[in-house]
Amino acid sequence: MRQVSGVGLLLGLMALPAALGQRSSGSPINSNQTQSFAIVSFKWEHVKEPYIITLWILVASLAKIVFHLSSKVTRVVPESALLIVLGLLLGGIVWAADHIASFTLTPNVFFFYLLPPIVLDAGYFMPNRLFFGNLGSILLYAVIGTIWNAATTGLSLYGVYQTGIMGHLNSGLLDFLLFGSLIAAVDPVAVLAVFEEVHVNEVLFIIVFGESLLNDAVTVVLYNVFESFVTISQENVTGIECVKGIVSFFVVSLGGTLVGVFFAFLLSLVSRFTKHVRIIEPGFVFIISYLSYLTAEMLSLSAILAITFCGICCQKYVKANISEQSSTTVRYTMKMLASGAETIIFMFLGISAVDPDIWTWNTAFILLTLVFISVYRVIGVVLQTWILNHYRMVQLEIIDQVVMSYGGLRGAVAFALVALLDDEKVRDKNLFVSTTIIVVFFTVIFQGLTIKPLVQWLKVKKTEHREPKLNEKLHGRAFDHILSAIEDISGQIGHNYLRDKWSNFDRKFLSKVLMRRSAQKSRDQILNVFHELNLKDAISYVAEGERRGSLAFIRSPSTDNMVNVDFSTPLPSTVESSVSYLLREKAGPVCLDMQALEQRRKSIRDTEDTVTHHTLQQYLYKPRQEHKHLYSRHEIMHSEDDKQDKEIFHRTMRKRLESFKSTKLGINRSKKLNKIHKRDRGQKRRNSSVIPNGKIPSENPLQDFTLKEKDLEFSESEENNDYETLHLGKGVDFLANVTKQNFTDTPNGIDNPVFSTDDDQSIYMKFSPWLSSEDTVVPSQRARVQIPYSPNNFRRLTPFRLSNKSVDSFLLADGPEDRPRSFLPESTHM
Amino acid sequence: MGSAHSVPAEMRELADRTGFTSEQIEHLHRRFKQLSRDQLTIRNLRPESDGLADEINFEDFLTIMSYFRPIEMNMDEEQLDRFRKEKLKFLFHMYDSDHDGKITLQEYRNVVEELLSGNPHLEKESARSIADGAMMEAASICVGQMGPDQVYEGITFEDFLKMWQGIDIETKMHVRFLNMETIAHCY
Repeated sequence: MRQVSGVGLLLGLMALPAALGQRSSGSPINSNQTQSFAIVSFKWEHVKEPYIITLWILVASLAKIVFHLSSKVTRVVPESALLIVLGLLLGGIVWAADHIASFTLTPNVFFFYLLPPIVLDAGYFMPNRLFFGNLGSILLYAVIGTIWNAATTGLSLYGVYQTGIMGHLNSGLLDFLLFGSLIAAVDPVAVLAVFEEVHVNEVLFIIVFGESLLNDAVTVVLYNVFESFVTISQENVTGIECVKGIVSFFVVSLGGTLVGVFFAFLLSLVSRFTKHVRIIEPGFVFIISYLSYLTAEMLSLSAILAITFCGICCQKYVKANISEQSSTTVRYTMKMLASGAETIIFMFLGISAVDPDIWTWNTAFILLTLVFISVYRVIGVVLQTWILNHYRMVQLEIIDQVVMSYGGLRGAVAFALVALLDDEKVRDKNLFVSTTIIVVFFTVIFQGLTIKPLVQWLKVKKTEHREPKLNEKLHGRAFDHILSAIEDISGQIGHNYLRDKWSNFDRKFLSKVLMRRSAQKSRDQILNVFHELNLKDAISYVAEGERRGSLAFIRSPSTDNMVNVDFSTPLPSTVESSVSYLLREKAGPVCLDMQALEQRRKSIRDTEDTVTHHTLQQYLYKPRQEHKHLYSRHEIMHSEDDKQDKEIFHRTMRKRLESFKSTKLGINRSKKLNKIHKRDRGQKRRNSSVIPNGKIPSENPLQDFTLKEKDLEFSESEENNDYETLHLGKGVDFLANVTKQNFTDTPNGIDNPVFSTDDDQSIYMKFSPWLSSEDTVVPSQRARVQIPYSPNNFRRLTPFRLSNKSVDSFLLADGPEDRPRSFLPESTHM
Repeated sequence: MGSAHSVPAEMRELADRTGFTSEQIEHLHRRFKQLSRDQLTIRNLRPESDGLADEINFEDFLTIMSYFRPIEMNMDEEQLDRFRKEKLKFLFHMYDSDHDGKITLQEYRNVVEELLSGNPHLEKESARSIADGAMMEAASICVGQMGPDQVYEGITFEDFLKMWQGIDIETKMHVRFLNMETIAHCY
């Protein structure tokens, strides 16, 4: 019911632009009527252009909403197909209203405004390692495959034409070849649109997608070559022209790539210096990338290649340089633009089809085109895969080949190219246009519809959306080294060797130039995974704490009476003191809230809060959010709650910290940190002395301390990395610390009334396993209050032998069922 | 063997054992000669060689190289499994420096430190913490929920296998032995 009304509303709304479009045709201004002052006037002509454009964009976006109202439909039918159908409907309405096709997908709009965002999005989020690892295969398919498709299709059509089945056409061999070249190219927009709903495994996806991106060079060259051949007419085509064509291929492709790389370099360099203009940082990414596209277009090189490589090359440095918020902004904006562009493209494909003027029907031609492109694609894929499998480490099996052939979708690029043809020179343009439309519709709708069931039926290996575990990353790194070594030993230059050399080069030279100093330090994959894991643990720890209603270590006296309240539905009065509330606030203006909260909190419990949040802040990382590469237009994040919470949480913490900085004197702060450090040092020392491995790490506590001091000072100089270097070793310590006793340092450490030295034995249920009896015990600060189940129990490692009385509730919660008892506040003293 | 070519019988035996073709063995032999400067064995040039062999001969060389062979299409389940186990065993031995069958925390730490030693900005502290975290993870995978009195000694080979269960290492741990031109290195 909702859907129906939604659709009805939508159609009604659609009629609007159509109707408005009509107004433009005739609006004679009565010039002899302006005697009095018009209070209000209808200035349609004035706003017509932008208004219609905006209205169309609105319509397209509304359409998306309506489609997604029914999940049943969207699971079966790909969105692109739905959009095309919608476009057909709208086109029908427009035409019915006025009998002229006022809205079509003009090639200019397509190539200048709609295509670049999509390609940039693809390049910026391209998984580089995967891409370059399979580059050989991708290039083979893109270049040889496209040439094969173009040649065979064109020649076959010409051959069939000679037999006369098609009746009379005005085309010669060159025209057919021209048509073949523009219909042969696999389209990145269509591939993305369909494959992202199918989720095949990465290698397969990257090959098809990479092919669709890189074949642009071939398409451009072939198209231009044949178009000029057609213009200069068949007689003048000599060998020289052909040679020139081949040379132009290399020039176009390499030139486009170089342009892209150059602009990527420029962009990375610029992003290095944008620390003080954070607000417009994201703008640079888009502006410079778009410039690369236009420059390549200007030089008649391959613009798609340029912007793709710009995105590919700049990602690493830009992501390292720009701030967290800018990174998020760039991500979101890019996805939005790309998604929007894709929607509009498909919708307009549908609309443009409703134009009786261009329709020329030639059954044989159309049918044969469809047959030929499918058949030749299959043959091409099979042949090339057979060749490739001799050289590939990971073989491409039959199933992969089937998916690759079936996934060779044609799309809007072909349509735009055909619309660009000059119908003086190519007299059968209308026929070509009609055929192209039919082919595009067929591949997008029919193949898009059926590819999902096909993939499921063939049991194609799907992507695994798994977080890379720390071990995996570690061992992955180990593998890289080992393989490089083996390659070196066996005297070959292989992938790993090259990759090794490249990363050395990158680290020594490129990163020094293109990355900010602060970013260079913390740019390590393993570290990032590690940070993320820690942060995830910390967040789940906090979240659990709230669920249980006793997050006492950031509690304050004012919430005493509220302790029994279930924090999952925070009351307004307790809102300000609950971090979880902040966590739940997914809205953008965290700043504002933080400010307000800051004021309130400060007025009540200044020191306590400071110290508390200080503690928390100190032990948590602010890692860069490394989002896994999801080939999706619609989702950026992995699991919404998880990552969002993480992000908001640590953003929150950072804000708090920055506000502390501004309010506290520098000396005081470092003093505080020193104190806490001392505590850590002492702790570590104590704990390390009981490592059973026999090796007592000869840590000089003082030395470590000064080391940390140095880091602190150093990091102070850089605004955004206040505690990053400081915390390099701290994340695990945080969670580990909570299971250690540190109460000997309590007098020196945090003077928090929450952490009273209450020795209430009743709350101590079990003993941790590694506790040796000789140590005296003092419950950790955490243990004073009932802290909920932590997912990461460090007690499992032999080294962490601690006192036998540390009864952190951490320890208590072992299995998921094994919840500690009530977390009533009476066990804590406020 | 020395400078003379391997006797065909020996070669065949090696080929059977390691799975290389005789051509590849020839190539590797030439490479071995280059590395060892025509000696019988390659010497270990590192100053401290705890847990490492002092010298290896051609057979060992070949055996180790054979761990890195890519998977062939015509292998069946059992062969694949054995292959995978061999590769993992090799890796396991690399980590387990004292060869007691377990990777203890200290050994793991050494490995992580080595791995991350390339990054000059990383302190030993962090490397240690990372190793600890990784060990935690391993423990949670291998033993799952442990009783309150259990202690995790170290990663045994079975645990190691378990850790790598879902993960596809066949693609990650091999080198193409196709074009084996011996490239001159300056030693």
